[in-house]
Amino acid sequence: MLAFVVAQAAAARAQEPGQAPDTMAARVLACAPCHGAAGEGTSSDYFPRLSGKPAGYLYNQLLAFRDGRRKYAPMNYLLEFLPDPFLKAMADYYAAERPPFPKPAIPVVSKALLARGEALALHGDPERALPACAACHGPTFTGMEPAIPGLLGLRPNYISAQLGAWRYGTRTAAAPDCMQIVAGHLTEDDVKGLAAWLSSRPAPSNPAPAAHGTHAPPLPCGSQPN
Amino acid sequence: MAQSFSDVARIFSGAMFAVLSTAMMATGAAAQPVASLVKQGEYLAQAGDCVACHTSPTGKLFAGGRAMPTPFGTLFTSNITPDADTGIGKWTADQFYSMMHTGRSPDGGLLYPAMPFASYTKVTRADSDAIFAFLRSVPAVKQPNRPHDLNFPYNNRSLILGWRTLYFTEGEYKPDASKSAEWNRGAYLVQGLGHCSMCHTAINALGGSSEAKAFEGGLIPMQNWYAPSLTSNKEGGLGDWSIEEISDLLRIGVSARGAVYGPMAEVTYNSLQYLTPEDTRAMAVYLKSLADRGTPDRPVPTTTEAESSLLMRLGKSIYDDKCASCHGMKGEGKPPHYPPLAGNQSIQMSSAVNPIRMVLNGGYPPGTAGNPMPHGMPPFAQALSDDEVAAIVTYIRVAWGNRGAAVSAKEANELRSAPLH
Repeated sequence: MLAFVVAQAAAARAQEPGQAPDTMAARVLACAPCHGAAGEGTSSDYFPRLSGKPAGYLYNQLLAFRDGRRKYAPMNYLLEFLPDPFLKAMADYYAAERPPFPKPAIPVVSKALLARGEALALHGDPERALPACAACHGPTFTGMEPAIPGLLGLRPNYISAQLGAWRYGTRTAAAPDCMQIVAGHLTEDDVKGLAAWLSSRPAPSNPAPAAHGTHAPPLPCGSQPN
Repeated sequence: MAQSFSDVARIFSGAMFAVLSTAMMATGAAAQPVASLVKQGEYLAQAGDCVACHTSPTGKLFAGGRAMPTPFGTLFTSNITPDADTGIGKWTADQFYSMMHTGRSPDGGLLYPAMPFASYTKVTRADSDAIFAFLRSVPAVKQPNRPHDLNFPYNNRSLILGWRTLYFTEGEYKPDASKSAEWNRGAYLVQGLGHCSMCHTAINALGGSSEAKAFEGGLIPMQNWYAPSLTSNKEGGLGDWSIEEISDLLRIGVSARGAVYGPMAEVTYNSLQYLTPEDTRAMAVYLKSLADRGTPDRPVPTTTEAESSLLMRLGKSIYDDKCASCHGMKGEGKPPHYPPLAGNQSIQMSSAVNPIRMVLNGGYPPGTAGNPMPHGMPPFAQALSDDEVAAIVTYIRVAWGNRGAAVSAKEANELRSAPLH
């Protein structure tokens, strides 16, 4: 009984009113239920990993959600009244985080579709003028500074939902909108194959995005300065 | 848009207003250099939050076109840039004042009361002229107004005549000589440009707000947020708040007693953060004096007692696990960033809409000059079932001496589909 009382008192002391921590980790707690405390993602299929993506990419997405150019009501709502410098600080926070990658997904598509996804990701399809994902997102798919995102650590449903959104024009970016052009050339099977293959990749040995200018993207991109 | 106003402009207009506030009631616009008149007008346009409605989310400044869903159909706001064909470029200062004062456009047409002319009628001629001068100075945008999309019979503008008879009293603000200059300045801002009564007075079936029930609170149509009473201490009534706490809440967005959220976050973000501390203080003095016009009935629980005690037990275990790390084991919070829940009127009101929505949707207070990097409340819609949401909201409404009533899983469920954005 005494031990119980003492424990209660200790708990009360530990919870004495103080101040909220003056850290970015505390300020982005509102993001944690869907994206994880360090932006590592959660068990939900549709909420992406944020950590380690280039800060410029994350900042562009935060601005687009806040200003309604990218539509997802819970994100639009949370960001609506937040000023640019705070969104930049959020982007910098997640860009610098390096939590472990999730276990690679086990593909649930046919071998043929998986092979198609691999071929498109690594080599593209010259006959359809489709560049490889690797041409912009890097040979190890970790993206490139400042605004090309990495493609690993994402779940197949998220990847296919985003490619679908690009194809149908519900997700857009600054013109020239290279992803809209690329995704517009993809078929349903291309998307399934790409989502399955990319999500099955093991964690990269170096998760950092490539330095700006490491490789020259084949398409002009409104989000990525030359 | 809010970021486009520089700190320098804010400090300048702030300094000017500290002086002007005492001279505010003087009639007629003294001859004033155009630049300072425009600055003054910019400040007043911020106090009136013109930008919030007259700029669409991805549109050009003051070019209108923002959809305003109402129970009667959708209104589209008008272009108030100085474009001669599609904006107000051909208007005169007289016509602008007449619109603000009488709710009639220069062609004699009646404005729909979504434009808060029932509040703006209280604005002085001098302030109206300054706002007009400012609007003349913004870039002209050629963008024709989009026709309203109203349901029958509300698409008949002559119905507005009836509405006006019931709910519109024309007339500039009349200072109350028995009150201080500060109180009068606050009353002028709250009743006039601030148009606070648009949300904080219940809207009836005719879309009118009754003067007798001014500032007594109500559910905001279409948005499903509850605008608390500003007159009852049991709701948002500010009788036992300090002037500093009220002023902080309005201008900074967080205070030792609570934070703004939902539609009020927009008001602070677009409007109140740009006001001078003197002006938000004056509003605080007036708002505090409104309080205590009566006590609302104790909330009626929608659950049985057995259900309530089950909800309380479940609620406490979820609270201790998920909420206490920020809001404290006894609901004491860590103000201003983690609001206290014990004694927080916002949670105990008859309407449980706001606390349910905060648990479901979370939210950030607005980023303001006084709180540029706010702490946010996580959304729990995915993590908690309807029963768990009802339990946690019941717990915080009843624990620590709070006087709210239990809420049911059905109420929690209904708000999952409330519009977010």
